[in-house]
Amino acid sequence: MNWDPLWLSYKVATIATILSFIIGVGIATLLSQTRFRGRELVDALVTVPMVMPPTVLGYYVLTAVGKNSWLGQTYESLTGGHIAFSVVGCVIAAFVGSVPLVIKSARSALERVDPTVVQAARTLGASPLRAYLTVQLPLAAPGIAAGVMLAFARALGDFGVTVMVAGSIPGQTQTAALYVYEQVAKQAPAGAMVAVLTATAIFVLYVVNSLGRRSDMRYG
Amino acid sequence: MSETVKGAQLDIALHVVRTGHGQDFELNVEFVAGTGITILFGPSGSGKSTILQAVAGLYRPSKGHIRLGDELWSEGGTGRFVPPEKRGIAYLFQSLALFPHMTAIQNVCYGMDRKMPKPEREAKAHILLKRVGVEHLAKRKPQTFSGGEAQRVALARALATNPKVLLLDEPFSALDRDLRVQLARLVVELVHELEIPALQVTHNHGEAAAMGSRILKMRNGSIIEDGSPEAILGGRKGFQDIGKTPMPELFPRPIKE
Repeated sequence: MNWDPLWLSYKVATIATILSFIIGVGIATLLSQTRFRGRELVDALVTVPMVMPPTVLGYYVLTAVGKNSWLGQTYESLTGGHIAFSVVGCVIAAFVGSVPLVIKSARSALERVDPTVVQAARTLGASPLRAYLTVQLPLAAPGIAAGVMLAFARALGDFGVTVMVAGSIPGQTQTAALYVYEQVAKQAPAGAMVAVLTATAIFVLYVVNSLGRRSDMRYG
Repeated sequence: MSETVKGAQLDIALHVVRTGHGQDFELNVEFVAGTGITILFGPSGSGKSTILQAVAGLYRPSKGHIRLGDELWSEGGTGRFVPPEKRGIAYLFQSLALFPHMTAIQNVCYGMDRKMPKPEREAKAHILLKRVGVEHLAKRKPQTFSGGEAQRVALARALATNPKVLLLDEPFSALDRDLRVQLARLVVELVHELEIPALQVTHNHGEAAAMGSRILKMRNGSIIEDGSPEAILGGRKGFQDIGKTPMPELFPRPIKE
C-alpha cells in the first residue's frame, strides 16, 4: 500500500480546515451580528456548496481559478505556478466543500447564545466588540469546534471537487479518496486505505458528539 | 462617562409603539424617579420591562427621552442615544444572565474599570461577594450555584460597576419565599447605601409592598396609579420598616391581582 496519498490528504485537509475556520467564523459573525438586506441570500450563496453536485462545484472552482481566469493569472504572475492541478488546487477544492459546514454551525452556535447574557455584558460596560469576543464567541465555541471538525472530515473525504480542480496526478495531487478510486479501477487492493479513512471519520464524529454534549451541559 | 452626583434623578418619558407577537403595543409613560426603589407594578404585558430596556439602552425608543441628572441618555427627536456600556447602569435580569463560562470572581470583575490592576479588582470582587454572603463561591462557575446563590452573585456583579441606576427585572421570581425575603432585604439595604434610583419590575404584591418606596401601577402601557406602597397597595409595611418586619408579613401569601 502506498501511504503518500493519505499524508497528502491529511495535509490538504488540515490547511483547508484552518482556512475554513478563519473565513467561516468571519462570515458567520457577519451573518449573525449584523442585519442587512439580502443577508439570507448571502447565507444561501455561501452554503449552497453543501448541496450542489461536487462536479458542478468543481466546475465553478475550475472556472474561477483556471489558467485563463483572473485569479489563475494573478496567481501565476505572483508565483509562476498554477492553482489548477496543483496541491493549492487540492486545498481550494477541500476548502469550498468544507467552509459551509463552519459557517452553518458557527452562525447557529452564535445565534443560540442567550441574548440576555450578551446584553448583560453591554450593561456592564462592554463595547459590542468586547461583548462578542469575551462572551458570545466563547459560549459558541463548542458549536464552532464541532463545525470545524466536520469541516475537516469533509475536506479529508472530498472526491468530486478535487478531481475536477486538481485532477488525480499520482504523487502530486492524488489524495486518499482519489487513490482508493484508482486502486479499485486497477483492481488493486484498497482495503487498508479505506479502513484508515473510515476510522478517521468515526473518530471525528465521536469528537463532534462529545463537543455537543459539552455545549448542552453549559446551558443545561 | 461623566460623574453624576449621588441621588441624581432619573427622568423618563416614553411614547412608543412596539410591534411584536402579532399586535401593536403602545407605551405612554412619564415619570421622574428619585433615590430608593420605584416599583413598576402590574400584570405582564403592561410595558414594565420595556421601560427597563429603554433605560438600559437595550432598546432605542423613537419618541420621548431618558435623562439621568444632567446626562441625556436618549432623545427621540434629536436621535441622541448613549449606548448601554456608557450609561453606568446595573441591570439584574430575570434570568440573571451570569456568564456561564466564568467563575463568580470573573463574573463580578467583568464590569469593573479595567484600568484598575487585576489584584485590586479581585480583592474588590471578594469584598462584594462577601457582602452578599457568597464568598465561598468565588472560584466556582454558575452551573454549580443554587438559585439563591446565583442571585447573590448576579447582584454582586451588578454592583461592582458603581452604578448610577439599578434596574431589577423580576429578580426573585425563581426563588422560594424565604430566599425572596432575604434577598429583598439585601437589595433594599444596598439601594439605601448607594443612594441611587432603582427601578424594579414585579407583579408580586408582597414584594412590591415590602421593597418599594414608591409604586407605579401600570396597565396596558400606562401608569394608572402613582403613590406610596400604603396608598396604592393598602396598609402594608414599606421600605423603612423592612429590617424590622417579620418575614411572613413582608411576603404574605399571593393575593389575587
